[in-house]
Amino acid sequence: MATVVTYQARTRRLLLAALTVAALVLGAGALLMVDFGRRDGIQPETLWEIGIVSAVALVLAGVVAVRAPFADPLILPVTVLLNMVGLAEIRSVDLVYEEFTRWGHGFSSRQVMWTGIAMALALLVFFIVRDHRTMRRYTWITGAVGLAFLLLPLMPIIGSASYGARIWIRIGSYSFQPAEIAKIMFAIFFAGFLVSRRDTLALAGPRILGVTLPRWADFGPILGAWLCATAVLVFQNDLGTSLLFFGLFVVMLYTATDRLSWLIIGAAMFTPPALLSVTKLSHVQRRLECWLDPMSSANFANCGQINNGIYGLANGGLIGTGLGQGRQDLVPFAQSDYIFASLGEELGLIGVFALLMLYGILVQRGLRAAIGMPDGFGKLLAAGLAFSIGLQIFIVVGGVTRVVPLTGLTLPFMAAGGSSLVANWIIIALLIKLSDAARRPAARTLDKASAKKVEEATAA
Amino acid sequence: MSELTIVVLRLAFIIALWVFVVAALIILRNDLFGTTVISRGSGKDKRREQRTVTSPEELAKMRTDPEAVATSLVVTAGPLKGTTIRLGASPVLIGRAPECTLVLNDDYASNRHARIFPDGDDWFVEDLGSTNGTMLSDQQITQAVPFKSGAQVRIGRTVIELRRGPR
Repeated sequence: MATVVTYQARTRRLLLAALTVAALVLGAGALLMVDFGRRDGIQPETLWEIGIVSAVALVLAGVVAVRAPFADPLILPVTVLLNMVGLAEIRSVDLVYEEFTRWGHGFSSRQVMWTGIAMALALLVFFIVRDHRTMRRYTWITGAVGLAFLLLPLMPIIGSASYGARIWIRIGSYSFQPAEIAKIMFAIFFAGFLVSRRDTLALAGPRILGVTLPRWADFGPILGAWLCATAVLVFQNDLGTSLLFFGLFVVMLYTATDRLSWLIIGAAMFTPPALLSVTKLSHVQRRLECWLDPMSSANFANCGQINNGIYGLANGGLIGTGLGQGRQDLVPFAQSDYIFASLGEELGLIGVFALLMLYGILVQRGLRAAIGMPDGFGKLLAAGLAFSIGLQIFIVVGGVTRVVPLTGLTLPFMAAGGSSLVANWIIIALLIKLSDAARRPAARTLDKASAKKVEEATAA
Repeated sequence: MSELTIVVLRLAFIIALWVFVVAALIILRNDLFGTTVISRGSGKDKRREQRTVTSPEELAKMRTDPEAVATSLVVTAGPLKGTTIRLGASPVLIGRAPECTLVLNDDYASNRHARIFPDGDDWFVEDLGSTNGTMLSDQQITQAVPFKSGAQVRIGRTVIELRRGPR
């Protein structure tokens, strides 16, 4: 005997506040421990960093409590904690450079600044996007803007290539990865596009080898996405960005149509360009060799970053050397691309597993919001945004730990870099907004006339 | 600061990190919402207790739709278990044919099996000459009979309940 029960989601403001404070306390603890490890005492600039981030985070929590009362109570605190632990690690890297190379970088002060900016922009999202469904109106505009952002690094003067990949724009001394922002634009575009086409895209076509394929006429959209992904691969030489965009499209297509064949087709379509990049692009080829066999005598000299990263993880062992006790200066890009290895050295296996759990919770909350979403557009958008974070974490952590070849993507909220922080905080703001819409009781659309009547009735 | 203190702090930090993770998981577990199917009579379900904490007045303020009594059909057993259909003013056709409102994927159901229709404020259920019959509260029905909220209609392997309540 079964019975159907409907549980009402509650407002969880108190929980949100308590968890945010707990996350800030934990993050502050991490920053102070770096000071104790490297400097034998609390540094005034650390207190400043803690103060700035806490203030902005608390304001953000307040805005969430007012503007999105039914929002998921976990998303914001988990993100704040990840961001703070990342800050502590970047500060540790800063200090280790000062200690062993007498050559400071100031990564952490820049990261604090960008964290503040990113949180402030996330705060603005709550005032600009009152209802996520309005974003659907700008489907094609966001698509066009996203494409423009993606292609911006190819522009002559401002575009800039480093370490083989042409994915930055440089204006003066500032550099920015526009692909990070394009990621959000494309998620909105794909959601708006697929929600109106999903019925035709789900139609069954020919059956080959036991797999029901879609109709040939419906291959247009995926072909377009594939062409864009291949273009990114050929002209920007970046496998990671290309994989992220194509993966995002294929997974959103799968979410929209519930047809497993799209996933298989997507994987089959991405294989040739990936193989091409391995054989044609020298830096991708080297990364593949370093992925397969970094410690052979032929590759050892070329794979210093991978090898030193692995040595760092091994040095951390089970419980780590402790924050502010590692030697991250031995790995290139210990503050950005390789921050996961730095964290692994200082927090150990147990520590990074906790961080991966937090990432997992974040992605799960996003997907949960997608399930509870009353409208198709919001559902696809939440699923796409949550998946983009998840895929990026997989590509980065997998690259450092030699599960997949290394690419130039950044670990969300942790790696040093303004564009990544800004883009991912905006994604978090959107997910909070979407989870609020998913959990708000009896939120249904009404035409304007009857909505007005209801307003009058409830006011009286 | 002594070596020992740092070691203790280091371990304490990792433990605190995990306490946060476990707390998050517990919150996640207690934070169910939405429609779910639970089995009746298998002991007390703890999740029942967390129905609404927000007061009804406060909820009414956040609602964007009129306060009204709505009736819905809920499938409580069979392949479509958990499906809800909101009833309006039009009748609901149930069966295997694609034009039905509730399309059953059930070998024991007929193409056009039964009809549920409103008459004033009441709802009625009527068998449309199905092969295996329609049961209302374990009685086979032969003509249109009133379908009270809480009563169960069995069509093949599917059990349907009528529920009334505020939207």
